[in-house]
Amino acid sequence: MNMPTKSKLRIATATLAGCFGCHMSLLDIDERLFELIELAEFDRSPLTDIKTCGPCDIGLIEGGLCNAENVHVLREFRANCKILVAVGACAINGGLPAQRNHLSLSMILEEVYHAQHGLVDGFIPNDPELPLPLDQVHPIHEVVKVDYFIPGCPPSGDAIWKVLTDLIAGREPELGHGLIRYD
Amino acid sequence: MSQNNKTPHNKNQATFILDGKTIPFTEGQTIIQAAMASGEYIPHLCFNPEFKPHGSCKICTVTANGRQAASCTQQTQADMVVESNTKPINDERRALLQMLFVEGNHFCPSCEKSGDCQLQATAYELNMMSPHFDHFSPDRPLDSSHAEYLLDYNRCILCSLCARASSDVDGKNVFSLAGRGIKTHLIVNAKSGKLADTDFTGDDKAAHVCPVGVIIKKRVGFAVPIGKRSFDEHPISATPHPKVRDV
Ligand code: SF4
Ligand code: SF4
Repeated sequence: MNMPTKSKLRIATATLAGCFGCHMSLLDIDERLFELIELAEFDRSPLTDIKTCGPCDIGLIEGGLCNAENVHVLREFRANCKILVAVGACAINGGLPAQRNHLSLSMILEEVYHAQHGLVDGFIPNDPELPLPLDQVHPIHEVVKVDYFIPGCPPSGDAIWKVLTDLIAGREPELGHGLIRYD
Repeated sequence: MSQNNKTPHNKNQATFILDGKTIPFTEGQTIIQAAMASGEYIPHLCFNPEFKPHGSCKICTVTANGRQAASCTQQTQADMVVESNTKPINDERRALLQMLFVEGNHFCPSCEKSGDCQLQATAYELNMMSPHFDHFSPDRPLDSSHAEYLLDYNRCILCSLCARASSDVDGKNVFSLAGRGIKTHLIVNAKSGKLADTDFTGDDKAAHVCPVGVIIKKRVGFAVPIGKRSFDEHPISATPHPKVRDV
């Protein structure tokens, strides 16, 4: 109580066009979460439900960019996080959502909402609250500068832990065989 | 005189230096052949010791007496000083790999070859953390016409091994590279362009040489689960030239 507490690192996390698998992997660090919350506290994250990102030391981004809101959130993270980390295949190369990239967006919307078998009176959602889809799914490094990458679909809890602990200790993160993988 | 030599060889044998190690070679051997014979790994993709070198992927580039050369085509000379595993060379190799990744569509999480793929394993070896460049996202339809084999052109790195195997070993001419420069692409030599309309079979050598996931045997894709595959066990550098495991 009378000891001045060392200020904790602030970490923010977000899921853009991802499946939350990378966040599940973050939780897969299991009891090391206790160690992590000794060193860091969470800002904006699906884990805290805080909706906007304040100044942070580390931002972890899961998912690529498939709509305008993703771009907005990514820019907010880049503006606020000293270190921005792309976590997982989707953030790094668009991942499986980018498998739509060689198709035209209008054709996809047509197929999903109009043409598909069993759709009666289907219409393409146009509520102004809905973020506009981008014509292609982009990895985040195509829009902002990204400092570090943790590949994998999802990366293992061990890989995420390795990079986080390297960063917290001020080391250059390194994964090595077994932790660096793209699948 | 050879020093710090770990590879036994007789005194009269010619040697060269690879990253500070003395490596024996025989007349006519290329740098990569001599390196492999001594168990040394030089990253490569279009080279396969069973075939004539093609010299196109440039991943095996080294400096030989200070000049850049493709180690799969450069003949070894006595006392040549070769550098391979250096930061500047590995940086260039990584950039070449990144270009290969963005030129095609490589979705490793859903690829039958993941864990057995030499492109992926070489990228792991060279610490490729991101594709760096903007993606081309080309439109390359699959060919699933053949009863036993699928062609996924999205993953082709134009190494020409299938074409070399088909013409040089199988005595057929199933595959070719067509077009030039950035427009180079793999074609199947049939009027329809479909694999089913060729004499290709699973017994062909060409069915078993693709270093990536283009020529895929149907219905066995994930029989060996992800995580239990060749390069999950060992990094690619642990095997100077890994055998292509069928998937
Ligand atoms: S061919 Fe290799 S690099 Fe390409 S998607 Fe398949 S595993 Fe990944
Ligand atoms: S299909 Fe495979 S073996 Fe043939 S050129 Fe493409 S990458 Fe090489």
